[in-house]
Amino acid sequence: MTTTPTEPTAPPTKAEVAVERNRALVAVAAGIAILVFAIGLLGMDTIMALILGVLVAIRILFPHDRRVTIGVIVATIAWAIWLPYMHDEGGEFMNIATLILAYSVMALGLNIIVGYAGLLDLGYVAFFALGALTAGWFMSDFFNNAGGEGVHFLVADPTQNLIGMHFNFLIVVLIAVVVCTIAGMVIGLPTLRLRGDYIAIVTLAFGEIIGRIMINGDQIHFGDTPLIGGGLESIFGEGAVLSGGREGIGPIDKIWLFAGDPFEALNLRPWYLVALGMVLIVLFVNYRLRDSRLGRAWIALREDEVAAASMGVPLVKTKLLAYGTGAAFGGAAGVFLASLLSVVNADQFQFFFSIFILAMVILGGLGSIEGVLVGAAVLVFINFKFIPDLNDKPREWFNLDLDLSELSSAIYGFLLVIMMVLRPQGLIPERRRKLELVEHVGAGDTVGVGGTDTDTLYEARA
Amino acid sequence: MTDATNGTILSATGVTKSFGGLVAVENVSFEIPRGGIVSIIGPNGAGKTTFFNMLTGLYKPTLGRLEFDGRNITGGRPDRIMALGMARTFQNIRLFATMSALENVMVGQHSRMSGGLFGSILRTPKVRKEEKRVIEKAHEELRYVGLRDELHEQMSVNLSYGDQRRLEIARALGSDPKLLLLDEPTAGMNPQESKSLTDFMRRLRDERGITILLIEHDMQVIMEVSERITVLDHGTKIAEGEPREIREDRRVIEAYLGKQGEEGS
Repeated sequence: MTTTPTEPTAPPTKAEVAVERNRALVAVAAGIAILVFAIGLLGMDTIMALILGVLVAIRILFPHDRRVTIGVIVATIAWAIWLPYMHDEGGEFMNIATLILAYSVMALGLNIIVGYAGLLDLGYVAFFALGALTAGWFMSDFFNNAGGEGVHFLVADPTQNLIGMHFNFLIVVLIAVVVCTIAGMVIGLPTLRLRGDYIAIVTLAFGEIIGRIMINGDQIHFGDTPLIGGGLESIFGEGAVLSGGREGIGPIDKIWLFAGDPFEALNLRPWYLVALGMVLIVLFVNYRLRDSRLGRAWIALREDEVAAASMGVPLVKTKLLAYGTGAAFGGAAGVFLASLLSVVNADQFQFFFSIFILAMVILGGLGSIEGVLVGAAVLVFINFKFIPDLNDKPREWFNLDLDLSELSSAIYGFLLVIMMVLRPQGLIPERRRKLELVEHVGAGDTVGVGGTDTDTLYEARA
Repeated sequence: MTDATNGTILSATGVTKSFGGLVAVENVSFEIPRGGIVSIIGPNGAGKTTFFNMLTGLYKPTLGRLEFDGRNITGGRPDRIMALGMARTFQNIRLFATMSALENVMVGQHSRMSGGLFGSILRTPKVRKEEKRVIEKAHEELRYVGLRDELHEQMSVNLSYGDQRRLEIARALGSDPKLLLLDEPTAGMNPQESKSLTDFMRRLRDERGITILLIEHDMQVIMEVSERITVLDHGTKIAEGEPREIREDRRVIEAYLGKQGEEGS
């Protein structure tokens, strides 16, 4: 009897063995969870939910098989395109589904900043605000004196005759991306010398500053700008101001993409498909960046800044690229949401919004792309369906005069606390985070002996 | 322009570093001959690591001038200095804990790569080729330092202590440095492991022409491997020379053992 020499392989860790054994169980559980969530809570079509459940189960069962993975990805995209045609075009499900996609774009953008590069950003609302403001400027009659009869660029027929500036959605997205990338880097600059909690404070302040500017922007006249005031007025029209203030800007033009179904409030299918397209682009970018030179540099930075710098990673450039990329997606989603909601209102740009997006990232699993999608789905559901649906219940059941929507922050806070206690790594943890949070491997943990830690002495240098 | 001589790869002139009132390194001048294996020794708190951190750009010298390979690097950024060809390891291992051994070495090659944001997103043929080259090179370096193939995909935190030390050197080698700074590489090693590391240092110099600067506590390692030794004490240079000379230097013995006849304090 001959035995073939087996190649020595690294023994699988205990966790790996357990995962292998439980894989089937996890697949079934995930499938059932999806069915319950999609059918029971979101009101998804039963067959569509079943298909999604099966797709996810297959993905969990064969995590390493490349062909299965590609098959599942293609099938999931086809499923997502098919989905709106199985539901009422203006119904509640379509509304929630479209919002889930739009917020996923935001959450995936924030995931690059917080999840990949480890820069805790509490002011992400700034990029939503800037994106929405860009839409307000270039997709409405806000600048009602601009160019006399208005300025139009590649817009639908009826819009051609409106006063104000009216640019095509795609162009406005492009402008918002550029504006937000620059803003992201500018906001990033003062945080370069800071770490951890201090970054959070500075970004929080910036989020608030942008929010304040949006509220008071109706007092800021372009014409008052020294030197270039006249030039600005000749572009944006006489009496142009920065923002709509508390009154807001509206209505924002609907998206128009040269052909296809019209984008209307009562037909959400085209909206959904545009949002889906944005999500696919952002997903693609997230995956590509994760396994790239830049992605590795971000993770290295998150793990140990001193070591990363010493290994040739330029701190300033790498951090600013994270801020810029993340901000760009926030801006793009901001334009979309502004057009969908048809209004840009300063009251939308609250600190709560930053927390809302951050909660999606944390709930799903920092750095985990699939997790962030799940986090977005769950929190959009809670915010836009669960809490509003429950709103009348206290009165109905207990005769209490209580507005639950005012308690939504408390509900998120409660959820996050539960999450941190039971599953700090998130619903679908990223492999590295899991190690850090479950097996208590601190980021940049050193196993070495003795010695002084240069960390405390390192002169962070911009 | 000062002379980019063949003889000297790194020179420090009158380097001083003070933190507030505390002077950690005072007026140290120092040269490393190209292709040499040179050590800095000294009692704890003598300013060795501070000196290292100034060389690699983590600290900015308060006074003085540092020149590497004919270029002024005084107060330069760590990543720029790394890109010029100076790589280091850390006294207390600082690996990227949740990255695989392979990924660690790939990060070490960051300065030798060019793929940017858009190239990475589009994964252009150039970026693709570069990734492939970097992965191959990372495997090579890991084998060179003696990390078994099956450990290459392991997360660095799961590696044994010795393998982590090896991995740190592989990560530094990823950038093909001209000068390698090793901060107490034999700390926590048994005599046998120390011996194999000293052999490895010689191999690095002979096979790849890398100049090595070493901070070390283990006198046996120092005396065996160093061609030249600089002794720091209380932030100042108190002696310099060949191992034989250092061994007999009265001031060095005093620094380590205290002055004769000065018992207690």
